[in-house]
Amino acid sequence: MYQYNEIDQKLVDERADQFRRQTERFLSGELTADEFRHLRLRNGLYIQTHAPMLRIAGPYGLLNSKQIRKLAHIARTYDKGYCHFTTRQNIQFNWPKLEQVPDILDELASVQMHAIQTSGNCMRNTTTDHLAGVCVDEIEDPRPYCEIIRQWTTLHPEFDYLPRKFKIAVSGAIHDRAATQLHDIGVHIVKNDAGETGFRILAGGGLGRTPVIGQVIRPFLEKKYLLSYLEAILRIYNLYGRRDNKYKARIKILVKETGVEEFTRQVEAEWQLTKDTLILTDERINEVKQYFTPPPYDADAAQDETFAKHLAENSAFATWYKINTADHKIPGHRAVFLSLKAPDVPPGDMTESQLDAVADLADRYNFGEICVTHRQNLVFAHIKQAELYPLWQALTQLKLATPNINTVTDIICCPGLDFCSLANAGSIGVAREINEVLDDMDYIHDIGELKINMSGCMNGCAHQSVGHIGILGVDKKGVEWYQITLGGSSENDAAIGERLGPSVAKNEIAKAITDILDVYVKQRQEEESFLDMVKRVGIEPFKDKVYANH
Amino acid sequence: MQIIKDKQLIENTWTYHADDSELGNGNITISVARLKQQGSGLTQHNGRLGVRIEPDDDITGVVEYLPALSLIELYFPQMADGRLFSYAWLLRNRHGYTGELRATGNFLPDQAFYLSRVGVNAFNPDNIASLPAMLTGLNDFSVKYQPSVY
Repeated sequence: MYQYNEIDQKLVDERADQFRRQTERFLSGELTADEFRHLRLRNGLYIQTHAPMLRIAGPYGLLNSKQIRKLAHIARTYDKGYCHFTTRQNIQFNWPKLEQVPDILDELASVQMHAIQTSGNCMRNTTTDHLAGVCVDEIEDPRPYCEIIRQWTTLHPEFDYLPRKFKIAVSGAIHDRAATQLHDIGVHIVKNDAGETGFRILAGGGLGRTPVIGQVIRPFLEKKYLLSYLEAILRIYNLYGRRDNKYKARIKILVKETGVEEFTRQVEAEWQLTKDTLILTDERINEVKQYFTPPPYDADAAQDETFAKHLAENSAFATWYKINTADHKIPGHRAVFLSLKAPDVPPGDMTESQLDAVADLADRYNFGEICVTHRQNLVFAHIKQAELYPLWQALTQLKLATPNINTVTDIICCPGLDFCSLANAGSIGVAREINEVLDDMDYIHDIGELKINMSGCMNGCAHQSVGHIGILGVDKKGVEWYQITLGGSSENDAAIGERLGPSVAKNEIAKAITDILDVYVKQRQEEESFLDMVKRVGIEPFKDKVYANH
Repeated sequence: MQIIKDKQLIENTWTYHADDSELGNGNITISVARLKQQGSGLTQHNGRLGVRIEPDDDITGVVEYLPALSLIELYFPQMADGRLFSYAWLLRNRHGYTGELRATGNFLPDQAFYLSRVGVNAFNPDNIASLPAMLTGLNDFSVKYQPSVY
């Protein structure tokens, strides 16, 4: 993974120093609350319901064991002993004290981490595929380009005060696991007819109140133009994006109101004027690629015979293997998911002791690497088959081996009303209720791949509009209600879910979900996934069942 | 009143003349609308001429007057209007403006480093008390990732 050089380290150190001075100026009254808001947001600091929330960048999700131990230390020392992993591969602390945040940033800088541009109307953390570098359907590893984009976006002098937040995602595989069609800019690594690798560029996607699927504005971009093209898009957005209404300020609205053809024409015209002034050289690309070379895999990993024996003898291990591991491009290896969705734990949360233990396991089995997934789990990407069994045993002890990856209990969930000042409704409690009624693992595995996303408000941090089942908390005269959507997807077949009907009361939401699952189990055709069935039959059969008694 | 120019504190010799005010002598800045309206007639003015660009202005209309301008003010009604950063970049890079480019209005010392990197070389904040912090702010960072105007 990428290692800071002197420049990277200096920038992060100086940023932490700057934030310390800014905090002091705020506390002494020199900065108004509104002035400080702009500055603290650009360092990931929100003022929340109970306490500030600090969001730390997980650059394209990739962390090392030293960094995970530092998160454990921060959780112990400055927070209440846990942290939360987000859908954009970041890390959140919900209980830091404002006066201590500069100290936390110093701690982070000491392990090459920061909270720069994790919130505010600026370019955010670039995200990617959590299986980058190991998946079997990869065209090229996207992470070197993510790192190049990370550096280019960090403290960009022209684009730090955009109309609204701005998110870039990169995918290097056939299967889009990074929700690139739902980002302000989506970058796909593709091959053209001549066999050259380059980028397909999408713009104008986004979630939140007005979910929109991004559109291709350039089918093929030579690698050397990556940054100049991004710059052109950002300049057009910075100049013409709406600033009169924050709900209409994202680039998706600009693309929609301008029309994608005209928007593309503007970007291309701007780019023609600058394309040769900001060339990404092969030399630079190769320099960054050196940080993402494969670890020293065991060439004989597939020769091991213990794995097959454990698989045959231990059904719990076999189930976990089937559900929580993924194919790997190197024979005899698997990518292993650590489920942060144990039934009685808020989705995406980890305790300090789990963090420390995971760091040790990463050192022992995974070359010290940990990747955060878009669905709020972790991945060990380089596990040889002989070590799957001992790793599974260790993860089981840590309650990180719930075999539910991509199943109905692998719920994406925002912090909701329990923590967030924006939320209209609770989400963690509802996730727990759904878990309580879905306690039969065989039933869960029979249902198969089904993604539930639940947000506590319209801002949609948990991407409910692209959940196969989406749940959105709404406030009705001070009471929490939930709207259900079906048929959303954030992958290659990206779609915005369709609303099932009137919102349901909090005490009926778990029942509504089980009703929906019952309809699926009874009416599915052989091997048909939930999403495929919704596409085939529409929402009516589900609607009839959920609202049968209303 | 003092301002910062080229990292030095100096006395300000310029005044902004609103559209409804008579043009006095000396170094003056006027709105983009007035510049376009009075155009070449302003060359008779006794003193140097500049323009004040606000976020809603269309800067392409200013380009033809650039050779006659000794100062361009970028006026921040509020600190978060990032269009002015792109205007600065465009004036320096695309339109070849080499004269004084001055940030005015409501912005923070914490933005001075960013502004300097898109070509702003003078700072005249509404909050005069922030001038010392503004000078320091220009040196908030000693490293950078992107190519700079200067």
